[in-house]
Amino acid sequence: MDAKTGTSRRSFLKGSVAIAGASVAGAASASEADPLITDVQDWASITGAGVDETPYGLPISFEKDVVRRNVEWLTASPISSINFTPIHALDGTITPQGCAFERHHSGAIELRKEDYRLMINGLVDTPLVFHYADLERFPRENHVYFCECAANTGMEWAGAQLNGAQFTHGMIHNMEYTGVPLRTLLNEAGLAAAGELKDKWVYVEGADASSNGRSIPMEKALDDVLVAFKANGEALRMEHGYPVRLVVPGWEGNMWVKWLRRIEVTDMAVESREETSKYTDVYEDGTARKWTWVMDAKSVITSPSPQMPIPHGKGPLVISGLAWSGHGKITRVDVSRDGGITWETARLGKQGDTKALTRFYLDIDWDGNPMLLQSRAMDETGYVQPTKEQLRAMRGENAVYHNNCIQTWFVDENGVAENVEVS
Amino acid sequence: MSKSLNQIVLPVAGGTALALSAALLFANLDYGQKKIGALEQRVEQVSLQAETANRRADDEAAAVSDLKEKIAEIQAAAEARAARGGDLTEHAPESGDKFGLGRTAKPEEIAAWDVDVLPDGRGLPEGKGDAYWGEEVFAEKCASCHGDFAEGVDNWPVLAGGFDTLGDKDPVKTVGSYWPYLSTVFDYVHRSMPFGEAQTLTADETYAIVAYILYSNDLVDDDFELSHENFAAFEMYNKGGFVIDDRPALEYAKWRAEPCMENCKPSVKITMRATFLDVTPEDGGESVMNHATADDTPTFVAAAASTGTDEAAAEDAPAVAASASLDPALVASGEKVFKKCGACHAVGAGAKNKSGPHLNGLFGRQMGSVDGFKYSKVFVAAQEEGRVWDEVALAEFLAKPRSYMKGTKMAFSGLRKQDDLDAITAYLKSVGE
Repeated sequence: MDAKTGTSRRSFLKGSVAIAGASVAGAASASEADPLITDVQDWASITGAGVDETPYGLPISFEKDVVRRNVEWLTASPISSINFTPIHALDGTITPQGCAFERHHSGAIELRKEDYRLMINGLVDTPLVFHYADLERFPRENHVYFCECAANTGMEWAGAQLNGAQFTHGMIHNMEYTGVPLRTLLNEAGLAAAGELKDKWVYVEGADASSNGRSIPMEKALDDVLVAFKANGEALRMEHGYPVRLVVPGWEGNMWVKWLRRIEVTDMAVESREETSKYTDVYEDGTARKWTWVMDAKSVITSPSPQMPIPHGKGPLVISGLAWSGHGKITRVDVSRDGGITWETARLGKQGDTKALTRFYLDIDWDGNPMLLQSRAMDETGYVQPTKEQLRAMRGENAVYHNNCIQTWFVDENGVAENVEVS
Repeated sequence: MSKSLNQIVLPVAGGTALALSAALLFANLDYGQKKIGALEQRVEQVSLQAETANRRADDEAAAVSDLKEKIAEIQAAAEARAARGGDLTEHAPESGDKFGLGRTAKPEEIAAWDVDVLPDGRGLPEGKGDAYWGEEVFAEKCASCHGDFAEGVDNWPVLAGGFDTLGDKDPVKTVGSYWPYLSTVFDYVHRSMPFGEAQTLTADETYAIVAYILYSNDLVDDDFELSHENFAAFEMYNKGGFVIDDRPALEYAKWRAEPCMENCKPSVKITMRATFLDVTPEDGGESVMNHATADDTPTFVAAAASTGTDEAAAEDAPAVAASASLDPALVASGEKVFKKCGACHAVGAGAKNKSGPHLNGLFGRQMGSVDGFKYSKVFVAAQEEGRVWDEVALAEFLAKPRSYMKGTKMAFSGLRKQDDLDAITAYLKSVGE
């Protein structure tokens, strides 16, 4: 029962099915002409909104359910918490910034470009301070990358818990970043002072009150890490680190330090709170893995899913989902409709970039029988996304992070989907 | 191109030879000096012309080889592009030279920002503090979230205990049981705590708090004093509890194999359904919230209609019920000041108790009277005395919380500026009706 409205969600859903059913039947029977066509509608007669009404547009009001959502019981305070991307309601691969998940440790801060400073210090030839405007004068690159929180799907270790792809898999977004390669900035400060680079580290730190800091091995820092200031063509949003964040392709989201204020070259990992007490994986015998940075290949069917039931009965059905790998490109996605007994290879809607989301589709003629839907991603290293059983056999159930198991949705004959586990 | 070059060079060389032999023939025939002179001149001219032609031919040959080189370059680039699948992207140019951007960081700037502490203790500031004093500082600055004994309040982190639970299904990962390095504790407390008042602790206070956290974990006695001098000698309980990522050996090697496509299992049963646990947030959009058992499968589907969430959306909107008498600028600046409070207090429509009580209807409200909030003794007493919040009381309380309300759980150290006090009063009036 919904305390606010006094109606149960189920009765509401039943009601809307009846309405949807009626309109489908009406259109299909064609005994009467459709008044939406035969009658002149208001929108076809009265003028609409002028160009200066919305200087910066938001989605139309009908789409207001497509928003980030929080799971209150997960954390003590929304200021140090996470919300979830509505991946169930999106298509394609790019996540709009306005609904891309947020994770803050001390809240999202407002930091003006004018007040922004970036320091490079430690084992460099010349410690430097950059202003925001300096960053825009270095040669820059554009790349699409996914950013996935290491805790994505973390609530599902012990069993199926949350009913919705948004909640099980929504700690992810995928944007096109514009930024300067980190190696360009490191070279500007000069790395001769660091000597042999192989065993050196780069410690990166944010300007907010949490001062989130992570150690990144020099090899990765000189490879594909970006100091980014634009996402999807526009400035980063406050909640994603405006004006400057770090982009660490394929690696866990916590390392993508927001409001980046300092880069320090060190001769050892700092072993900060976020790389010791958090973001480490405890196994059955009580030992823990650390430095588990790469996000392994993973996929999920976004529709149908618990928040996206099949509204139309049997017939043509688009099964759609997302796949990604921190090791490179997705090369194949298989879909099973019977809980993993048989698999068929899905169509990649668009080949994703390396370390970016790939959209897949399986277009079927649904017979109306219940389905146990699963998807299984493969990446260019040949790695195959494991089942929950495989992961548990390897790691136990104590872990929180890095759960990249195959997800199962049970879809009943009415098209209603649930989060389940299968044998 | 090479053919046309031959066509140029050969006629020029041939022409030169012809002219020279003609000149010699005429000289032998003993013509008059005049004629000889003219012929010599002519020979000179022809030689010059031949020289020019040769030079031109050399230039052209050079141009041709340049062109050849360019063609090769273009072909190589085209091949590289074809190999990249038609991707014309080029990386940002790199050069050994500096761009000359940015400026040298000043030592005092580096000192201000570079405060991280390495596991071997490098980066520690000088100072000391013992567990005794640490208990006091902890009670004042940390206990409102972490509990007096570091046991954690609500969902806030537990800092003590949990030894021998790491192998359990729900391991209790505390500073004592899990954290491998003491440097991490010092660094985190010093840099990121207290929540909402980060970077306000002195080095000595931090040493004392860290000493107290160790004490609360039974790792040291209550007279233990921690300092930059004995810091590096301290070894944490779980120092050896970590292995470096071994997925490549244990998992990748196994899971990089062609997967099964048919008859992969004989049968499949549902073993668990999320709906049994019913922990999906109520605000789940169109998410199906049935309480079905395995037998009672839902008999409905959700359309994408958005009815029913309108009310929730309206409730989420901040209720800005600012009365006309309030200065909007003051209210706005009060909203900013409130950020210091927001970690523990909520205000506005639907505000609930957090680690502090909600602040709706604060002015005129009896102290210690919010339902469901567990007040400290001093507030329980105030409630019994019938004391009421008004502007004066709030201003005095916020200026020095712990002296105005001795024993309050509120860890906030206070607002020092009168402007901030005025602003927060205006803000609380504007939203907390």
